[in-house]
Amino acid sequence: MTTTGEITFKTEPFVLNFGPVHPSTHGVYRMRATLDGEVVLDIEPVFGYLHRGIEKLAEERTYTGFIPLTDRLDYISPMSNNLGYCLAVEKLAGIKVPERAEYIRVIMAELQRLANHCIAVGSFLSDCGAMFTPFMYMFREREKILDLFDMVCGGRLTYNYMRIGGVSQDIPDEFLPALQKFMGTMPGMIEEWENLLKQNEILLARTKGVGILPREMAINCGISGPVARGSGVKWDLRKADPYCIYDRFEFDIPTGEVGDCYDRYRVRVEEMKQSLRIIKQAMEKVPSGPVRAEVPHLIRPPAGEAYAHIEAPKGELGFYIVSDSSIAPYRCHVRPTSLINLTALREMVKGWKVADLIAIFGSIDITMGEVDR
Amino acid sequence: MAIVDSMNNTRLPMQVTPADWPGGYWWHWLFFTVILIVFVLVMVMGAIYIERRGLGRMQSRLGPNRVGPFGLLQPVADAIKVLLKENIVPNSADKVVHWLAPIIAFVPAMMIFAVVPFQNGALLADLNIGILYVIAISSVSTIGVFMAGWGSSNKYSLLGAMRNVAAVVSYEIPLVLAVIGVVLMAGSLSLNQIVLKQDIPFILLQPLGFLLFFAAGCAEINRSPFDLFEADQELVAGFHTEYSGMKFAMFYLVEYGEAIAMSAIITTLFLSGWRGPLLPPWLWFILKTLIIFFLMVWTRTTFPRARIDQLMALAWKFLFPLALINLFITAIQILVWPDALPWILIFINIAIMVILILLWSKFFKLGWGRIEV
Amino acid sequence: MTVALSIKEIASQIEKKYPGSIEEAAPNSLIVKSDFLLAIAGYLKDTEGLKFDYFNYVSAVDYYTYFEVVYQLTSLEHNHTVIIKTRCYNRENPTVPSVTGLWQGANFQEREIFDLMGIRFEGHPNLKRIFLWEGFPGHPLRKDYLQ
Repeated sequence: MTTTGEITFKTEPFVLNFGPVHPSTHGVYRMRATLDGEVVLDIEPVFGYLHRGIEKLAEERTYTGFIPLTDRLDYISPMSNNLGYCLAVEKLAGIKVPERAEYIRVIMAELQRLANHCIAVGSFLSDCGAMFTPFMYMFREREKILDLFDMVCGGRLTYNYMRIGGVSQDIPDEFLPALQKFMGTMPGMIEEWENLLKQNEILLARTKGVGILPREMAINCGISGPVARGSGVKWDLRKADPYCIYDRFEFDIPTGEVGDCYDRYRVRVEEMKQSLRIIKQAMEKVPSGPVRAEVPHLIRPPAGEAYAHIEAPKGELGFYIVSDSSIAPYRCHVRPTSLINLTALREMVKGWKVADLIAIFGSIDITMGEVDR
Repeated sequence: MAIVDSMNNTRLPMQVTPADWPGGYWWHWLFFTVILIVFVLVMVMGAIYIERRGLGRMQSRLGPNRVGPFGLLQPVADAIKVLLKENIVPNSADKVVHWLAPIIAFVPAMMIFAVVPFQNGALLADLNIGILYVIAISSVSTIGVFMAGWGSSNKYSLLGAMRNVAAVVSYEIPLVLAVIGVVLMAGSLSLNQIVLKQDIPFILLQPLGFLLFFAAGCAEINRSPFDLFEADQELVAGFHTEYSGMKFAMFYLVEYGEAIAMSAIITTLFLSGWRGPLLPPWLWFILKTLIIFFLMVWTRTTFPRARIDQLMALAWKFLFPLALINLFITAIQILVWPDALPWILIFINIAIMVILILLWSKFFKLGWGRIEV
Repeated sequence: MTVALSIKEIASQIEKKYPGSIEEAAPNSLIVKSDFLLAIAGYLKDTEGLKFDYFNYVSAVDYYTYFEVVYQLTSLEHNHTVIIKTRCYNRENPTVPSVTGLWQGANFQEREIFDLMGIRFEGHPNLKRIFLWEGFPGHPLRKDYLQ
């Protein structure tokens, strides 16, 4: 029933299926939304269209052979997935990574964060209707980052670069000068986007106050990453539980206050600036040396279990590995950032309109590869 | 009969056919009908080309540039492709409504050009109620859109069609009020007379009217930033989701045809139509129309999209009061100072426009927020 | 630095509050009996000094004779973490109480464990398969699942 003043119209809610094939559901994600006119009453998410059984496949691959499969988890930021998995196995086996590899890993992870946020912000803005213009501008920058990755490991989407004990091969000589050149232009680009978008009336009207995620709910649902930080939870694993060598770098953690779509968008843009800061510091101090620890080809970690988590661009990505000292993991469980971040979607969209549903969903920034595994 | 007598009688003030036209009424009609149809189709193709190249260049990529030199034959390729596609009609669609909808949407877009002057006296029908005819006819295509949405038996289409009807009905009022300001200044409803009276283009004398007409016109014809009737990211394709083949081509034609028609009307009303030094008048007319169309493409590239309740709020709470105030001020100016120097009037009007827009936007709240469910 | 709390300390605290609930206090994790799981989880969430408000993940491992459900909890305030485990020895119909009432983040993850491992969670608001379709035979992630 919709009521306007004294008049009551009898209306009926209907179910609209935002099917797996939809221009803006970021992959094969299906929602069955119950709508009353334009107002969303309830949504029911349906997953599983991209389920490939990666956790079961892990039990049949060797430890090193599983790294290409981690590439395909969150296919927008594969370097981070590789890093998380390698950290878990190194923790399990007690392998120490050489210094040069640590610095290279940090540079790659932060470049990956930049690339991921380019897509995240670009798709969020095009979901708000900005006709692909910011999307194209951000993809132009992402192309430069992908060229850098191409130089290092030969791939643009699935890198398979990190290995257990380091990285697979050393960075070529032209990498650091190219990175220097990229670092010269990128801050100017971010500045340009800020000027175009930060005070845009229509964007503010679409995103300010929309899809608020209260701080308590964010903590209760286990939400992490820019979504949680947008709601005011000052929790970043790079500071709270430093891995690799993040404790040697200086950077801030941007946090939002209200937890609406605008805050999440601002947090991502600020994180890009902080990533540039970290890369700059890391670039200056890369030592020489081996890039990989001496580990046997077929690693047999001692029996036990380990959990290692990293601050992936989308949130807390963790790998829980149980080993029985054979060549394959006994059990490998991936803590799926995107699936857990979706837990609060239902509460966030109730009462908003169809257009907001898409905008809120875009602001959470998920990848179905991680949700379904 | 009386009509034939009046056609042959050359002393009437209102002429359907100019006195010196060889062949009389029917040749005049045939000649202009052919010219109009050719003109509309060619201009639509030119508009499609300008849009795609312009959009591409503004998004830092090349637009289509393969088909023909500079991609000039791209619209031809599009037309051929669309003609060769299979015409799919959903099983549960209302066949007659589904079939009639594109025609009812397309015909009014063409009919608007009947009263638009290409040169002094060169139009299909020099009605002395020209602009009233334009406004009346342009509303008829909404019926076509709604028939498309209803006849497709698809919830997405229905949502898009409902949004369209609500918005078009709301934006008629600021549109008409903005036009009345021009009519008061020109003293006639006939489009030819309005152009003849524009020694100084009315855009300078009625700046607020121009902005209101442009905004309301964009909303009527479903252009960004108000293109939420076929919002790609939310409703797949809105009311024309279920159309393919030639019927889809008709809707495509409708969109660009109406854009060109709106640009032509703006040119005649505000930019003094075909008047200009040196070049032949019809060339001036085409040039000015294309400039206004380019302005529409420019706003499409730059802005995100409004939401439906924000759209309605903009029409009723922002544009409508401003249009009323504009009308009052114009009327007062004409009554009190009919012979005022134009430059003072221009200055006063521009100042009023700036003050009003700034003031009103401070008190204006775009749409409402979350509804309690 | 997130500190992994000393298991011995927590074990003694919990043993005092809920006697007989601890099955084993392994070096890295605390194994509790499934009947006491909800009570202990609530205790860990609300007690001052522990305050485990952030739910990292829940996972399940199939050790041929028993299933082990693993929970990791973190406290954002005190920056410490703990791993809780519980075992079910029933292969046909393993059941564990659901912690969705305490931490909503467990919702989708428990559904996933039900889908892929077959462990039922009592008290879960919507326990149905999440990745595989209704009517899929068997639970693929079990060790004895054949193609």
